Amino acid sequence: MSTMPNTDVLSEPTITDSLITIEQVTLAYPTATGAPVQALRPIDLEIADGTFVSLVGPSGCGKSTLLKILAGLLRQSEGVVHLGGRELSGPSPDVGVVFQQPVLLPWLTIVDNVLLPIRVQKRNVAQYRDRAMDLLRMVGLDGFEKRYPSELSGGMQQRAGIVRALVPNPRILLMDEPFGALDALTRERMNDDLQRIWSEERKTVFFITHSIPEAVYLSDRVLVMSERPGRIVADFSVDIERPRRLDATGDPRFQQTATTIRGLLNARGGID
Amino acid sequence: MSANIAVRAGQGAARERRAARRRIVPGDWVAVIATFVVVVGAWEAIVRIGDVSEIVLPPPSMIAQSLYDGLVHGTFLANLRYTLTETVLGFLIAAVLGIGLGALVSEVRWIRRAIYPYIVAFQTVPKIALAPLLVIWFGFGMTSKVIVAVTVAFFPIIVNTIEGLQNTDQQRIDMIRAMGAGKVETFRRVKLPSALPYIFAGLDAAIVLSLLGAVVGEFMGARAGLGNQILTFNAVLDISGSFAVLVLLSLIGYLLHLVLVLIQRRVVFWTKVTSTSSGV
Repeated sequence: MSTMPNTDVLSEPTITDSLITIEQVTLAYPTATGAPVQALRPIDLEIADGTFVSLVGPSGCGKSTLLKILAGLLRQSEGVVHLGGRELSGPSPDVGVVFQQPVLLPWLTIVDNVLLPIRVQKRNVAQYRDRAMDLLRMVGLDGFEKRYPSELSGGMQQRAGIVRALVPNPRILLMDEPFGALDALTRERMNDDLQRIWSEERKTVFFITHSIPEAVYLSDRVLVMSERPGRIVADFSVDIERPRRLDATGDPRFQQTATTIRGLLNARGGID
Repeated sequence: MSANIAVRAGQGAARERRAARRRIVPGDWVAVIATFVVVVGAWEAIVRIGDVSEIVLPPPSMIAQSLYDGLVHGTFLANLRYTLTETVLGFLIAAVLGIGLGALVSEVRWIRRAIYPYIVAFQTVPKIALAPLLVIWFGFGMTSKVIVAVTVAFFPIIVNTIEGLQNTDQQRIDMIRAMGAGKVETFRRVKLPSALPYIFAGLDAAIVLSLLGAVVGEFMGARAGLGNQILTFNAVLDISGSFAVLVLLSLIGYLLHLVLVLIQRRVVFWTKVTSTSSGV
């Protein structure tokens, strides 16, 4: 359903390249009254390796539900998910998750927090320590590795949360409104940081947000989800060359895409 | 003795503000000491002016003398060591059992189904009433006192352990599960540390209950200990001696509580520790 021609070579996926394949995935919750609640209508989606895909939609439409299925935290009622050709049956070491809250453990220092996935996955900690330090430096947290989370600001904690997801070098990064709790200025900086990390690490990113400008600024593709029970109603390509600068938001192509998405969401009852 | 309700150990800001209001600042010590002087002075004056029999209410000066004599010349220290041994043994056994069983009840579904209803039911039973029975079963020696102490100290620990483990932030559990952690890793790295503030609140209640259990156990019949000492003094109407033992027991209880708070500050360093009531 692309509304624009694809000119950017990076966002030109072929179907066979797709790293994430979602086929006819639904989710229904059982309820006490008997009739199950439908949270997701059948969803079909393919995400190419190395692309940055955002998902926007009204609150409670099932965006986070879809992300939790991809993270292996929830089991879909029907349908199949493939990650890198393998059927998904639970949490995968190929997937890193960043949550809305940083969810750092207060009894661990920052460096121990970001090395937690290495310890949980029984990998060799010494082999990943340098990577952890490099990533902390990349997000401006060098010098804070021995501090405890309570000594860091909200934005710094969220950066540590992103580093934690990146340390095991997963192919896929799932981000559930990671900057939703931050103030506007911090959020802009984080968007900039994230774009830089993405261009260096080339992860496949599945990014949930409430912010249309944020989605357009960061993404190769922006998906729009309907109100509950959610399904994907539009799929936009964002063909603005990278690296994008924060003033790329003034670009007419940027504004046109944002306006189209906003119009679509408003027609369907608004984003919030 | 309503100690078996889970003692909350949340981290809310409101709670901290309330705790700050309750905290004693250095200037307050003047008031605390003034209260002590006034109450003890009034007690001394009333007993002396009113010529109250020392068998009914001995004056504080006499109690202080008894305390000094008991500690320096008498049997207080030997009895203290005996009671303290019972208390600490009872507490440690209760801690191991309470935390261990609490973890099993919280984490293993079939154990929870089989045992949890009984724990809830037993909470309201006055465990101290079992003391006479336990002394008959386990004799007049130290064993029966330790078992009484375990019986009363066990419940606040297990209840708080279960409460703490069940209250683990779901976001933390999702976070570590998404990394591929199984039940054991989730328990070890997230649930148990998250539950520690609750567990320590339970231990704090338990240490004082353990002392209570040991003393009550000695009341039921013993060869030594501070509870036994009180009975001996009462039998010869040495009421000031009994009071002296009570003062000693109060000090010991407070010191045990302080030791636990110090350990808690080191172990659970990431939360503000507020002293909880022992519930006795």
